[in-house]
Amino acid sequence: MQQALNLATLTPLYPEIVIALGAMALLMAGAFRPAGAVSLKARDGEIIGWAAILVLAVALYFVAAGPSWKVSLFEGAFINDGFARFMKVLILTGAAASLMLSFDYLKEHVPELFEYPVLLLLAVVGMMMMVSAGDLIALYLAIELQSLALYVMAAIRRDDVKSSEAGLKYFVLGALSSGMLLYGASLIYGFTGSTSLAVIAQVAQSSGAATNIGLIVGLVFLMVGIAFKISAVPFHMWTPDVYEGAPTPVTAFFAAVPKLAAMALLVRVLATGFPGAAGGIKWQQIVVFLSLASMFLGAFAAIGQTNIKRLMAYSSIANIGFALVGLASQNEQGVQGVLIYLAIYMAMTLGTFAAILAMRRGGAPVEDINELAGLSQTNPSMAFILLLLFFSLAGIPPLAGFFAKYYVFLAAVKAGLWPLAVLGVIASVVGAFYYLNIVKIIYFDEAKPAFAHVDRNVFLVMAACGLFVILFIAAPSPLVDAALAAAKSLKP
Amino acid sequence: MTLTVAFFYLFAVLLVASAAMVIIAKNPVHAVLFLILTFFNAAGLFILLGAEFLAMLLVIVYVGAVAVLFLFVVMMLDVDFAELKAGFIKNAPVGLLVGGIVLAELVALFVGRGLDVGLGHKLAAAVPADVANTKALGQLIYTKYAYLFQGSGLILLVAMIGAIVLTHRGARPGVKRQSVAAQVARNPKTAMSVEKVPSGGYTIPEKKAAPALAQPKAEAAE
Repeated sequence: MQQALNLATLTPLYPEIVIALGAMALLMAGAFRPAGAVSLKARDGEIIGWAAILVLAVALYFVAAGPSWKVSLFEGAFINDGFARFMKVLILTGAAASLMLSFDYLKEHVPELFEYPVLLLLAVVGMMMMVSAGDLIALYLAIELQSLALYVMAAIRRDDVKSSEAGLKYFVLGALSSGMLLYGASLIYGFTGSTSLAVIAQVAQSSGAATNIGLIVGLVFLMVGIAFKISAVPFHMWTPDVYEGAPTPVTAFFAAVPKLAAMALLVRVLATGFPGAAGGIKWQQIVVFLSLASMFLGAFAAIGQTNIKRLMAYSSIANIGFALVGLASQNEQGVQGVLIYLAIYMAMTLGTFAAILAMRRGGAPVEDINELAGLSQTNPSMAFILLLLFFSLAGIPPLAGFFAKYYVFLAAVKAGLWPLAVLGVIASVVGAFYYLNIVKIIYFDEAKPAFAHVDRNVFLVMAACGLFVILFIAAPSPLVDAALAAAKSLKP
Repeated sequence: MTLTVAFFYLFAVLLVASAAMVIIAKNPVHAVLFLILTFFNAAGLFILLGAEFLAMLLVIVYVGAVAVLFLFVVMMLDVDFAELKAGFIKNAPVGLLVGGIVLAELVALFVGRGLDVGLGHKLAAAVPADVANTKALGQLIYTKYAYLFQGSGLILLVAMIGAIVLTHRGARPGVKRQSVAAQVARNPKTAMSVEKVPSGGYTIPEKKAAPALAQPKAEAAE
């Protein structure tokens, strides 16, 4: 089983290698930039940021050019299949877009720091390792790599009390969840004798596995650890505080990208490590509970929020609940639904956060939703994009958000989970209330003074997301087909 | 064989006892010292298992570096342990509840099926008999686990960047820094000056005044 390591066998790893090397090169460039300048010139940070986007683009090329069949390296620790490639494309796109959102903000608040793009790149490496993890050790290392970078990013405005608090809170709770994940992983290893998901799957389908308490407790702890990362209820406590405290571009990144990676990880662990409803461990009921609790708590808790970042935190909790509906159906359509949901969710989230970044008045960001009042008169284009995004989040046809929900609920109905689908629709209607409330504030309330001039990059991301949301119905097949192919590739 | 068993129980009992003392000890310095004893006993257990490399690593890294660092922190930082204890008592019920549940789970695991784990397939022997422990580790780390090894390296890199980003404040005025280039560029002419020390004098001459004979300050003062 010893295969010689050379560059040719490492082709599927090129994207990760490119980003890791790129991050180090940018770190060197930043650290050894022409001496004398104690603080960065404002442009230097942006140059390193654009270079990071270039690195992401090169990695995207290697993902696209890499092998499309299933490749398993390092005895199963790294798996490159259709599922991983689909998620990697999403992660790279989302990371590049959220990097674009950050330039203006960082230039203003922490101009002396050039490390932000470097940390983001390293977090992306961690996330790509997460979606390719076929082994419990690789899974843990990947989660730690991305989390550690995210903790630092949350606290990047180190002189700001709220940002530091967010970073610390995220760190402490993240460490707790890592502990639970490790406890579960060690139990699983103890009872199956292997860290490889492929071997675990074999053992988990053998007779007696479904009633083996050790394996079940191990799986539950592993799921709890990952549920922290996707902030599913009841492991969501950190989300509103961290989202509110962290700098807005960082929050945009948190909400849009790492959640996707953690969700993909959960899908891979459950679908390939503990497959099949028949004979396997019944993890379906856990996912159904997480899903229901997230959808309803997200919908009801968001109603009382006035801070738009907190509101989006609860919205993201609810959205993860909807995505979990697909996973709960335990079939191919379910996984396909999850993937479609995640892609559309990413676009809607990035667009909304771009709009939140544009909410600036008198040189300072404003975060109260009432500040959006009368935006339709002061900035009609931004108001219209927000209208599209919030309608889409509420799941109103013919916008993309409707189809996201349609595919997961369809999968649930096919799997016989009628009650879950019905309750999901009810939660979605409750959620629509606060999205539409914001639209009402934008269009029908008395106008407040106009926001400051919107940064070009921010507007670009906002407009692209708005276009995606409205044009998805015109050509849904590329995304839907790619998601189906990705879901099929998970079958052993 | 019996000797091995005897040593196993010696190390194991000492390990558990000193680990308990780490938690019980009132004086934090004592706690750290007990932690070091725990590490030594764990190293002993590793040697009994034939994992001499891990044993050495434990002694060198954990005892030599980590524990000493702990000791430094405990001694340097002014931590108010009485205050920490107050919080401990306040939160004790919750901790007991969670700890109790986890303990009950563990007990249930073993009561349910004895000490036989049952499901797992047979594990291979840790190390082939004819390969030295360290060599076997090296062969694995750089082949099968190369990917994970590099991943761990990236984690450490992130940790370093994070520590610098969050604490380093850039160059502050008035801080003397080492400049390697300036040090290398020095030559005897700029680095040294030859001073004529007056013989028989008893004071150091001022920099500019360098007459052959001493012009003692003491006299001037008088």
